[in-house]
Amino acid sequence: MPSKEVVVDRFKCAYCGACVSVCKNNANELVETFLVINRELCNCCGLCVKVCPMNALRIEEV
Amino acid sequence: MNDVDDVYDVVVVGAGPGGSMAAKTAAELGLKVLMVEKRQEIGAPVRCAEGVSKEELSSLVDVKKAWIAAEVAGAKIYSPSNEVITLSAEQAGNEVGYILERKIFDRWLAKQAAKAGAEVMVKTTAIGIEKKKESLKIKLRRMGEEFDVYASIVIGADGVESRVGKWMGIDTTLRLNEIESCVQYLITNLKYDMDYCHFWLGHNRSPGGYIWMFPKGNSSGNFGIGVMPSMAKKPAKAYLDDFLEKEGVDTTHVVEVVAGGVPVSPMEKASAERCLLVGDAARHADPITGGGIINAMKGGKIAGEVAAEAVKRNDFSAKFLSVYDRRWKEDFGKTLERNKALQKKLLKMSDETMDKLVRCLKDCDLKDMSVGSIVKALIKKNPKLFWDLKDLFL
Repeated sequence: MPSKEVVVDRFKCAYCGACVSVCKNNANELVETFLVINRELCNCCGLCVKVCPMNALRIEEV
Repeated sequence: MNDVDDVYDVVVVGAGPGGSMAAKTAAELGLKVLMVEKRQEIGAPVRCAEGVSKEELSSLVDVKKAWIAAEVAGAKIYSPSNEVITLSAEQAGNEVGYILERKIFDRWLAKQAAKAGAEVMVKTTAIGIEKKKESLKIKLRRMGEEFDVYASIVIGADGVESRVGKWMGIDTTLRLNEIESCVQYLITNLKYDMDYCHFWLGHNRSPGGYIWMFPKGNSSGNFGIGVMPSMAKKPAKAYLDDFLEKEGVDTTHVVEVVAGGVPVSPMEKASAERCLLVGDAARHADPITGGGIINAMKGGKIAGEVAAEAVKRNDFSAKFLSVYDRRWKEDFGKTLERNKALQKKLLKMSDETMDKLVRCLKDCDLKDMSVGSIVKALIKKNPKLFWDLKDLFL
């Protein structure tokens, strides 16, 4: 079965934290001003993809 | 034993307007305060349209020309089919008045906190809190170096992405219908009436939100959008780009782009044992306007006062600190609840109905431009449509 992961496009991300605020698993984190996605915690629910104003997040099959 | 240097009465996490007001107030009341900001610059990048009511701001701080980017005489509201109503100077009220230069304002306010005696650290992130018997051990990271400080109480002013609340047992996670997803361009050489704030309504162009243009002096303005992710079919930026193209706005002079999430669903409790939340972390932004600066500052001030009282009594229990919730609710919490009820209604409203409402505002005699008086006028003209809200507004 292919597994999925949330990928951030750093060229699009404006480091606003909207994705952090909707994450139930606290997988997304603004470290200083850098978005980090903790794959151990992320369940690929896609909420952060929907909330991102900049279209900087997507779910990819890996 | 702890080194006394790293023991504080209060640690404030986040140096936006809410955090700085809290730090300033607590320091003025004699507390030993540390305010940390994870970004390397206070006030940047800003995540805000920067509009505030003149009256409200003046009641909180001495207004300085240095951080007022523009003054506006009123607002122009465009219905989904572009009928315009102009709300004039005499009616200018909440959220319209001054447009701030947040980069300068936030820094000025942080300096006021420092002047009052608060210590300020930038490029310093709170990375965890450990509850000790007699205090909190707050783990900080400053430019890669980790260290601990101790505090009797923590004030979480750490924005929409708040971690402090979660660490202290307050669930601040937002659902997709509790947040506005926002993006904004600072555009120069704009051809709009720069004496007014402009608002465009309509679910087609901004589902569950609105588009705004707030003048920033000369021909520049903040052109932004908020959409509700539960209703939007594409990202906020795509809606804004479409709108600007349709409006024929020249986007060859964009000098800044910012994004942000605005919480638009108030919460019951913004306090816990040894913890107070302010500003976006406490969801204190207005559900209708998205405006959050004034409430963040008011909440910050109340939080600073409550923290000082707690230190005086040496009582940091959830029970005592709930006085904070009582006080912000008395101050602006009722308006948040009321506007939440109104927001729920507006989200269900068709563009046709919205057109009708904007049209009927044209010949309404408004006392001021606040959400309250606009809705009062609408209720009087459309009692049926707003029947269930009448008790909240009339």
